[in-house]
Amino acid sequence: MLNNDYIKQKLTEKFGEQVSSFDESYGMLSFEAQKEINLKVLTFLYDDAELKFRFMTDLCGVHFPDNKGKELGVVYHLHNLEENVRIRFKVFADVSKPDIYTATGLFSTANWQERETYDFYGINFIGHPNLKRILNVDEMDYFPLRKEFPLEDQSRVDKDDEMFGRGGTIGFGTEKTDHGTIIESDKHNVGEEIV
Amino acid sequence: MPEGHQGEGFFATSFDKVIGLARKNSIWPLPFATSCCGIEFMATMGAHYDLARFGSERVGFSPRQCDLLMVMGTIAKKMGPVVKQVYLQMAEPRWVLAVGACASSGGIFDTYSVLQGIDQVVPVDVYVPGCPPRPEAIIDGVIRIQDLVGKESLRRRSGEKYKALLESYGIQ
Amino acid sequence: MTHPEFNSGNEVWLIKNIIKTGMSEQHIKLPEGSIEKTTTTLNLGPTHPATHGVMQNILELDGERIVSTEQTIGYIHRAFEKIAERRPLYQITPLTDRLNYCSSPINNMGWHLTCEKLLGVKTPKRVDYLRVIIMELARISDHLICNSIVGVDSGAYTGFLYVMQYRELIYEIYEEICGSRLTTNIGRIGGFERNFNDIAFQKIQKFLDEYPDVQREFENLFTRNRIFMERTIGAGPISAERALNYGFTGPNLRAAGVDYDVRVHSPYSSYEDFEFIVPVGSTGDCYDRFLVRNEEMWQSMSLIKQAMQKLEQFKGTEAEVYHADVPEYYLPEKKDVYTKMEALIWHFKIIMGEIDMPKGEVYNSVEGANGELGFYFISDGGRTPYRLHFRRPCFIYYQAFEELTKGAMLSDAVIVMSSLNLIAGEMDA
Repeated sequence: MLNNDYIKQKLTEKFGEQVSSFDESYGMLSFEAQKEINLKVLTFLYDDAELKFRFMTDLCGVHFPDNKGKELGVVYHLHNLEENVRIRFKVFADVSKPDIYTATGLFSTANWQERETYDFYGINFIGHPNLKRILNVDEMDYFPLRKEFPLEDQSRVDKDDEMFGRGGTIGFGTEKTDHGTIIESDKHNVGEEIV
Repeated sequence: MPEGHQGEGFFATSFDKVIGLARKNSIWPLPFATSCCGIEFMATMGAHYDLARFGSERVGFSPRQCDLLMVMGTIAKKMGPVVKQVYLQMAEPRWVLAVGACASSGGIFDTYSVLQGIDQVVPVDVYVPGCPPRPEAIIDGVIRIQDLVGKESLRRRSGEKYKALLESYGIQ
Repeated sequence: MTHPEFNSGNEVWLIKNIIKTGMSEQHIKLPEGSIEKTTTTLNLGPTHPATHGVMQNILELDGERIVSTEQTIGYIHRAFEKIAERRPLYQITPLTDRLNYCSSPINNMGWHLTCEKLLGVKTPKRVDYLRVIIMELARISDHLICNSIVGVDSGAYTGFLYVMQYRELIYEIYEEICGSRLTTNIGRIGGFERNFNDIAFQKIQKFLDEYPDVQREFENLFTRNRIFMERTIGAGPISAERALNYGFTGPNLRAAGVDYDVRVHSPYSSYEDFEFIVPVGSTGDCYDRFLVRNEEMWQSMSLIKQAMQKLEQFKGTEAEVYHADVPEYYLPEKKDVYTKMEALIWHFKIIMGEIDMPKGEVYNSVEGANGELGFYFISDGGRTPYRLHFRRPCFIYYQAFEELTKGAMLSDAVIVMSSLNLIAGEMDA
């Protein structure tokens, strides 16, 4: 029977200090490894006769701008179909040099998923056969899902800021006007005057 | 029936009314279906809400042969040039129907990758709002296009206003 | 025989023509640096005949055989994952609708199940059975589109028209329950926004009574039809090992021989109380996928019938719960909001985001019509997700298209594309 403690034990036996942050959230074991050994960990999980994580469910990226030195991350979800056990495995890289080895040789499913992660976060997968943008326009020069970029297209001129509560002349919610809020500014309209 | 003179065995009216009548009841649409509105269009073409009874029995996929470009669904910035190419390949007279909120104005997707309405790239005649619009609404849009087609003057496409409209989109 | 004025760049054509007429090659000299290309490039471009959605396939053909393909997608990229970082949980449900828009209730339910897993909400049995009914109806509706479009692509338009009529019945059922036909936005965290009324149950029963004959007629048209069989048998086969390596799930994987179904492996929404078979094919080609989808529709009908029977035990107003008792996450009904104080306060708190959300990350998946639809949700305690990633089956198995069509004929490429059930909204998200 494969359970999370046994997997954790096998991983620490094999990789020692290089795997860390073991956590069990909502029944799924998740751990972190150094980015240099990501392929070694994946191969170990694939080849080992008891672990047999031979199905890659998902590969995605995350951006934590607050973790200095480890901002960009790649999260792998693996699944052992025979014993029905899932596992989550993360690697992190620095935002100035996000190079991570590709998993395409082991799992063909990683091909496009890594391209998508590159497209959104700019993580460079070393050894990928065809690393170029997949979902966005090829000419795009920034990586949109990083936290510093906005959602909307900034080049629009036809959006009415007044109607959308983004400032304008009244300053709803964004800027402070002299009177504070619109209700306070009307406070001078007292008496019998019907405004 | 358009207005005209009638007699025993003949009916006389002006050219553009006859041509308008013939054109409007035999529009050949080009369904440019990209997403969810395309599925509602498939329901419109089905037997329950039949679009064929309005003359649009033959949907074509070649722009060279079609009159009406029905853009249904979200158009991303990557797809914008494709819509423009298809529009350019159509022969005059041509009409454009923007079906759904995404085609009319970007819909609920106010993002960096979605074109906020196809009227940024092609001139549009009728907008059908809805997300997705009910098949009755799509049929209503087609009927309004038919009204436009029936009442259009024969000289419109060679006139100054139309040329200026196309110039503003960068279309020669 | 060198004619300098014919240097149009068509040297290759000239060479092939000369060889055909038996003249010697020595008379023709190819200019420096020109490459002899013997394959034709065909662009199966983004504008398809209205059915598949927008994806581009650039095929290299040798005569009519495909040598290689290259896929370009992203023509309907709407940046769902970035939008979801801006929206509180209830506002993400309409986004999930538009993933696989042929079967939106499954996406909605998957999202609500993910939120319930994160928040630790347990739904009562009746809610689970109602969810099963809605999800199976959505699965039938999606498989109907896929199979009838396979028919249309092989030239048979009639099947499509027959079954679209019955999709209208399913749409009417959705309308009774939630008000809209296609992008349903059904459900709440913890259940449904309203109970299924009697008319909805009558319509479901009518569907169950009328549809089996239609399905039989549809199968009679195609399953043993010689033309259809010759078109689809052997088109785009894939072995089980390659399918697993490519991350296939759902009917495409089951047609290749692997019986992986999320409803059986990790049952959600009380699927363990139901009895159903998971149909499995052998070669993974288009014919097997067609048959697997047909059989899944029969299983779905059986599941709906079982759910209707199980609902009998919950008759009577006291037992007819349609949501879990979690006022902090379940958006209350409007009539309660306008009349009761607690409902008003909870409504305010939920909408304004005053409810504490747990920090953590969760991955949950449901069996969508195309495969395992997964939601990876990282929450940082705020009102909106920190990161939400959709594991979209269509995106993952479209990569295998090149391998599926190596050496096949051009018409096979079209049939393989439609039998994989590629929905562009789910692919590009």
